Amino acid sequence: MSRIFTPKSLGVAAGLTWGVALWVGLAVAPTDHIMGQVQRIMYIHVPAAWSGFLAFFLVFVASIAYLIRRDARLDHLAHAAAEVGVVFMSLAIVLGAVWGKPTWGVWWTWDPRLTSAAVLLAIYLGYLAMRAFTDEPERRARLCAAVGIIGFLDVPLVYLSVLWWRTLHQAPSSPETIARPMLMALWLGVFAFTLMLAFFTTVRYQTAHWEAELELLEVSHV
Amino acid sequence: MSFTRQTLAILEKDLLIEARSRETVTSMVFFAGLVLLILGFALGPDPEAIRRAAPGLLWIAVVFTAVLGLSRAYDAERENRGMEGLFQYPGTRTAIFAGKLIVLLLLLLFVEGVLFVMGGVLYNLGLAAVAFPLAGVAFLATVGLAGIGTLYGALTLNLRAREVLLPLLVFPLVVPVVLGAVSATRLLLFGDPFGELGAWVRLLAAYDIVFTVAPLLAFESVIAD
Repeated sequence: MSRIFTPKSLGVAAGLTWGVALWVGLAVAPTDHIMGQVQRIMYIHVPAAWSGFLAFFLVFVASIAYLIRRDARLDHLAHAAAEVGVVFMSLAIVLGAVWGKPTWGVWWTWDPRLTSAAVLLAIYLGYLAMRAFTDEPERRARLCAAVGIIGFLDVPLVYLSVLWWRTLHQAPSSPETIARPMLMALWLGVFAFTLMLAFFTTVRYQTAHWEAELELLEVSHV
Repeated sequence: MSFTRQTLAILEKDLLIEARSRETVTSMVFFAGLVLLILGFALGPDPEAIRRAAPGLLWIAVVFTAVLGLSRAYDAERENRGMEGLFQYPGTRTAIFAGKLIVLLLLLLFVEGVLFVMGGVLYNLGLAAVAFPLAGVAFLATVGLAGIGTLYGALTLNLRAREVLLPLLVFPLVVPVVLGAVSATRLLLFGDPFGELGAWVRLLAAYDIVFTVAPLLAFESVIAD
């Protein structure tokens, strides 16, 4: 596994896919009749939201696995995925606002998916704050695993409550309502972002591993 | 000692401390009253505007007060490494969680009782007419708050900057509770033409189950110091 999925090969794959996705999204896909050029934001917005969510799921899985196996590498993985997830989810929210301004006339609306994404981002920012405020590695891994699990369990409840609270959202684009090249650009974007998620997480994971080794060295020198 | 006895022992210990010092309850009630007052100022002297916003205002006060209370709930265990002392007793950590949860639940319910009476008077709400269903909604909402609060209070027990970290972690997690409680309270106060109350009650109940069972399972393996 480590032979093929090196940070380098993942980075090259992500970059190439991303190039193709950009080309299809900007040049091949037709301009939206109603929204115009601004609709092309979708080819980044949706993949970013998807991969952010996937990253948070990864935090959840790695946290459970950590509590079972107590392997520090799983904690590094959770940490890496959380940071990348926060970046992607922030990107998705900012792009959503940029798209929303010309389309809905407002930067922000209390749409269920938008609001859930914001709450989700807040939960994982809290997770990272918790990491930052805990010094001892074993304890940090243990406590943050709980935060990573509990946070993800909250996701369906947050979404459901916000949905019931405010049901004026537009239906998500389904394959029937969308032109074929548009759909292709969207799927390519999702694929490229998933690869980017893997790439960033692997790099961050490696760094987390070095950080941990450095921490050990510092402790042994004091 | 059975699990129930262990839980009751924790409960008795904490209630005894509280009954003698009354520190937590007093500070929570004062704090809640002040929040209600300030929220009243924020919405201006228009009584109708305050009335309309009242379900939200009441639960803002509850959630803020809950965070204040749960950082106090473990104070006895912070001094002289009290938590480690508790762990030395024969018994499960799960019982400590259950005991702490019930203490926090009782504290919060008491404060909510006072807070709703104050809010009812200050915002002119006529809560007495819906007192029983409102108490039910408040109970369901508070179990969820107490479940999350008890776990996060324990997680952040010995951390730096714990007072900053607690609200940061807890507020986003309790969004479903806030939405459920505010919506249910609004429906109770101003009528429920579409019969939506049941859905919110079920949501609160589902939240309670998830966030008392999951921390209960996690507590044993996560809390070790």
